[in-house]
Amino acid sequence: MMSKKELALLALIVVVGAVTFAINPRFLSAVNIGNMANLVGLFGIFALGVGLVIISGGIELSVGSMFAILGVIFLDLFANFSLPWPLALAAAVGLGLLLGLIHGLLVTKVGLQPFVVTLCGLLIYRGAARFYTSDATMGFGYGVDDEFLRWLVSDRTMGVPHTFIAFVIIAAAMAVLLHGSVYGRHLYAVGKNEEAARYSGIQTGRVITMTYVICGGLAGLTSVFIVFYTNSVSPSSHGNFYELYAIAAAVLGGCSLRGGEGSVIGIMLGVVLLQVLQNLVNLLGIPSSLNFAVMGSVILLGVLADQEITRRRIRSLAQAGALAAKGGK
Amino acid sequence: MTLLLMEDIGKTYPGVTALDGVSFTLEPGEIVGLIGENGAGKSTLMKVLGGVVAPSRGRIVLDGVAHAALSVRTSQAAGIAFVHQELNLFENLDVASNIFAGRELRHKGILGRPMVDRAAMRAEAARHLAPLGVSYGSDTLVELLSIAERQMLEIAKALSMQARVIIMDEPTSSLSLAETDRLLAVMRQLKAQGVAIIYISHRLSEVRDIADRVVCLRDGKLAGHLARAEISQDAMVRLMIGRDLAQLYTAPKAAPGSPVLQLKGLTTPAFPDRTVDLTLRRGEILGLAGLIGAGRTSLAQALFGIAPSLAGEITLEGAEVVIRSPSDAIGLGLYLVPEDRKRSALVLDMTIRENVSLADVARFARRGWVQRGAEGVVARHELKRLKIKAPGIETPVVTLSGGNQQKVVLAKWLSMRPRLIVFDEPTRGIDVGAKAEIYALMRGLADEGVGILMISSDLEEVLGVSDRIAVMHEGRMSGTLDRAEFSEQAVMHLAVGLTAREGAA
Repeated sequence: MMSKKELALLALIVVVGAVTFAINPRFLSAVNIGNMANLVGLFGIFALGVGLVIISGGIELSVGSMFAILGVIFLDLFANFSLPWPLALAAAVGLGLLLGLIHGLLVTKVGLQPFVVTLCGLLIYRGAARFYTSDATMGFGYGVDDEFLRWLVSDRTMGVPHTFIAFVIIAAAMAVLLHGSVYGRHLYAVGKNEEAARYSGIQTGRVITMTYVICGGLAGLTSVFIVFYTNSVSPSSHGNFYELYAIAAAVLGGCSLRGGEGSVIGIMLGVVLLQVLQNLVNLLGIPSSLNFAVMGSVILLGVLADQEITRRRIRSLAQAGALAAKGGK
Repeated sequence: MTLLLMEDIGKTYPGVTALDGVSFTLEPGEIVGLIGENGAGKSTLMKVLGGVVAPSRGRIVLDGVAHAALSVRTSQAAGIAFVHQELNLFENLDVASNIFAGRELRHKGILGRPMVDRAAMRAEAARHLAPLGVSYGSDTLVELLSIAERQMLEIAKALSMQARVIIMDEPTSSLSLAETDRLLAVMRQLKAQGVAIIYISHRLSEVRDIADRVVCLRDGKLAGHLARAEISQDAMVRLMIGRDLAQLYTAPKAAPGSPVLQLKGLTTPAFPDRTVDLTLRRGEILGLAGLIGAGRTSLAQALFGIAPSLAGEITLEGAEVVIRSPSDAIGLGLYLVPEDRKRSALVLDMTIRENVSLADVARFARRGWVQRGAEGVVARHELKRLKIKAPGIETPVVTLSGGNQQKVVLAKWLSMRPRLIVFDEPTRGIDVGAKAEIYALMRGLADEGVGILMISSDLEEVLGVSDRIAVMHEGRMSGTLDRAEFSEQAVMHLAVGLTAREGAA
């Protein structure tokens, strides 16, 4: 079931898509759709992780820099140390999980603010990645490749990019976790009211730490996908601002930065909308320098509209409450 | 001339009538005691006067000018000032800055930009502090001041605003006796200067000592007036609750049995050098009285594992237990109904169903998947049993009244087989009808053998509901009273740290 908010987002995607298509029919060409799906998959996987952190009431700013550091480490292990690809992949994901765990513990055990912890992560990982390669671009090198891995993370099956398939599978798992499991219920409670959750015996520290761990793991996985998408890593620019894409998608999709709100389907739609906008800028010949400006404006409008909807909902809830109280007496 | 006249004031919120046809007058240099139970409408009436709340009907005549509603600005300009119950001060600023918060004195400044004139503010503040006999200066940081000193600061602030009416909302609830005497003396001094004071307090003895006249509210309506000569403790209680106190009390079905909870040498983090001993027997409601800050909430938090005890033994139904976290306590069937339910007990945006199952969601899960149907069955059962007034179990808790919200908190614990429930201020902000229901529920639970420990600052409640009262003072037990020994004086004496014998003398 989609909420009204999500249906509105879907409608917005359809409208923006229709307008783009009307101006430039190439929008719905197989090539364009396939490319968009690939990007939706790439950005969607880690956006789900960042969304999870946001639902807990935190924030994760370091994923872009994680792509750089985990990307170069993966490439180094795979191309230079000739580690079998499953081990290199496991190293990338495992390191992502570890970084997430560190973030989570710094937030919950040490009591640092998530913004500060992950901002430091953003700076540290970026710097570490640049130092690791002496600021040079790292590539696969001649003849170093694995056909199966390349097929797995960057090819298509019947026209559907594998990144997109991975995204849908992960989203489905995440939906179960968030909307059906005990953990999910605890997560929303912690995000909405951490103190009440604690007074209900929920181990809030563990619940919150888990979101950073999952987010780190998904960032680790994404870093491998991105390496095969870009084929090389320039540590100073690789994955720059990607954390902001993820946050933007989550917020567009209905996550509140105050925590406790948001859904998997909402985040998915947020990711799609961002990619459609991106595509619109390209297809409509809008100067690509305006890219961020378009994105920012749409998010701002979306949040404003959402604010208005929430205000109306609260008003009608208050009226319903008043009626209920009257009826009860 | 009458300074203030409020006529037929009414205020309705969605679902709640907070005030219904209340009239109120005030003459210069008069101290009016405004009494009534929690939720009787005192605060709402004062908010109308302060311009914070606009009345739904009625009018307010200030200095002969009629208003349908006041704004904060008109109210302040007319010289109406508050000394708040929860002190609204900026702890990080000094005394003078607090007195002039929002209306800072300025000097010409740099390049024509006016700048805050600290020197002038401090001098002016000192002028208003002097008659109050305080021991601190106008440049002291507020975080260094005690509650009593902060209250004096609020009064100085009121005076600096040329206040003609000062509203004091429970000013003595956390003061020592000496501090209270000092405050009452300052009030008499203000009265002599022609300042009118509206004095809101549950401490009826103080109201009797200081008030020229008493106005009592009950359920948002005017319950009655008492002239100076008519003021007595009994008369005030009768007006407040509309019946005699004894009727609150229902005797337990059986004589108290074996101990449910025993505390031996328990030390809480709030009072690391004090110990607490306590026994709670099966079938009894044990009231826990004391002044604010006496350590009652810290005791509750230690029992529930929020702020675990540092030392001492906790024995639950004969077995010694260790409680290091709320989940430990919950695992033992030891539950807390906390003081601030909106902050600590409920996730307001979630539904009744989700709040009821919150502490035990895993019980409703099969292979990690929460079974909403099973949750619903339990929630519906509790909804019916506790007579929660709501359209259904999918209603967000935020839309319920205070009493029904508190019942949802109870529903959460009752669905989980309680052995001991600690109630911290169980009826704060709850209307009289729902209060009676909650007392009946507590009695029913006690009769079923659940241990009930009730922390309350509401003397009527402690005296009216408990079978036995334990009183705390500065982190230790200062005594316990059996029902035969119950009296307001006896509790207050123990609460201020005198022993029962000294109290009797």
